[in-house]
Amino acid sequence: MRFDLQIIASWIEPGAKVLDLGCGEGELLYFLKKDKQIEGTGIERVESKVTRCIEKGVPVLQGDINEEIQDYPDDTFDYVILSQTLQQVYEPAMLIQSQLRIGKKGIVSFPNCSCWNVRLQLLATGYAPITKQLPYEWYDTPNIRVITLKDFRKFSKEVGFKIIKEVAINTQNQAKSGKIIKFLPTLFATYGIFLIG
Amino acid sequence: MSEYIEHDKAGVSVGLVEKKSFAFAEPPNEMILESGARLGPVTIAYETCGELNDDKSNAVLICHALSGDSHVAGYYSEDDPKPGWWDIMVGPGKGIDTDKYFIVCSNILGSCIGSTGPCTYNPKTVEPYGLDFPVVTIGDMVKAQKALLDHLGIKKILSVIGGSIGGMQVLEWCVSYPEMVVSAIPLATTTRHSALAIAFNEVARQAIMADPNWNNGDYYSGAEPDLGLAVARMIGHITYLSDESMRIKFGRQLQDKSDISYNFDADFQVESYLRYQGAKFVQRFDANSFLYITKAADYYDLEKQHGNGSAVEAFSKTKAKFLVVSFTSDWLYPTYQSRTMVQALKKNGLDVSFCEIEADWGHDAFLLPSKSLTAMVKGFLERVNNENGKEENAL
Repeated sequence: MRFDLQIIASWIEPGAKVLDLGCGEGELLYFLKKDKQIEGTGIERVESKVTRCIEKGVPVLQGDINEEIQDYPDDTFDYVILSQTLQQVYEPAMLIQSQLRIGKKGIVSFPNCSCWNVRLQLLATGYAPITKQLPYEWYDTPNIRVITLKDFRKFSKEVGFKIIKEVAINTQNQAKSGKIIKFLPTLFATYGIFLIG
Repeated sequence: MSEYIEHDKAGVSVGLVEKKSFAFAEPPNEMILESGARLGPVTIAYETCGELNDDKSNAVLICHALSGDSHVAGYYSEDDPKPGWWDIMVGPGKGIDTDKYFIVCSNILGSCIGSTGPCTYNPKTVEPYGLDFPVVTIGDMVKAQKALLDHLGIKKILSVIGGSIGGMQVLEWCVSYPEMVVSAIPLATTTRHSALAIAFNEVARQAIMADPNWNNGDYYSGAEPDLGLAVARMIGHITYLSDESMRIKFGRQLQDKSDISYNFDADFQVESYLRYQGAKFVQRFDANSFLYITKAADYYDLEKQHGNGSAVEAFSKTKAKFLVVSFTSDWLYPTYQSRTMVQALKKNGLDVSFCEIEADWGHDAFLLPSKSLTAMVKGFLERVNNENGKEENAL
């Protein structure tokens, strides 16, 4: 399982109720169901991924996360996860507010755009940076938001949610291994993971 | 639904099956219908495949649509040319695995393929019922299925599965007998027909009733309203396909000719196809049954009948786990109807999965071979079967 998902999984207590927004092929939920007996469900837009989830026994709804999140009653879940998707969301404040309305806690992870290699690329080449975490040209990227760890902390104050815990990691895009960055995370972390409430 | 009795390409089949029947509601203990009318005796034709396990926890009920029957899978005899109507889905190792589950499929009340319907003899007059047959509802069909399951000693159904009008029965099961239904797979269906769906059904019924042979439903001793029923079936077939599927399947191609004939023969392939489907259908289906079943489907309104107008309230009665599936080109039961259903299920905090399958084949897509549909049905059933075992142990 992807390194950031391993960290997210370690934050979730056994038996919890979990919603994974943009769950892909249900990797995290499948692991959590098996290892922590959680009650989980996912939301995913792509039909082939939805099919894979259901095939594996992971409940999932096909649809847009911004719309699907609306129908749940308040506090339906213990955790609502948004992993590596925030940078693609059109209205992040609204989504995070919904996340915390239907869940007691939220977990958000995203690629950190203030990592040294991103900074260096822009400075040295003058082109929009392309990294292993964000491997797209400006014209074909699904990632419409440029976010840094510091941005997210500032955003939490503006939107009015609490950061309970945060971990900065250095890992490749889909890599299973990585390390936790404690020294100058804004410079050395490729991803940030936040537990919010 | 159309007839898509396809043979399994790998030749895998549940093998020989036998049509059985179960009779109940013998007067004076007639079945009391939703309309208040009494009906009895009632015969329900049914078939089973697979083995019921010792704790009777592996029963799967399949509900057929408008023109289907109890013959869901397998063959009646060694030289039977065609298997049951969902043989691609039901069999050993298939989506609904007969090695694991005990499958029950019965012919719906009001139909004409073994169960009591308008063409059955009325014990009071010793004539076929015709229009003396009381109007039955989806609720009545389900009530008759419940009587059958009671007879088979099944107290819990691992999953109720069905598409179209069969899907309506699935939903009805969930809210009428919530204690019995562990999970449900409603495919290409709705909690209530749209005006469009009712409109098509009405045109089809009018075609039957306008046929002079229909004779107010009293035709069993003479010529039958074949023309009317064939036209009704042709209309049905249009609604089961889609613009896309018709374009791919027929386009404007001519049937056995190089140019148009300047008369009213079937010039286009699509005309010839519809005429063929209509003519074939009248050989196996009763016109009055068509009237009764389409009316039952039009009357069905889960919101009104079970939730004072609210789907959320209606589904608050069930505890089942759901797999809802719709198809992109289905204009008879469009995806928005499935989404409304899913929304109401979510608002009740139910375990629900939903997938809209990209398919060009219109409403009929649910009967056609689809790897993803098969994989999902299989995975979903495995999960609910596992969880069912665990929950039972926990109790």
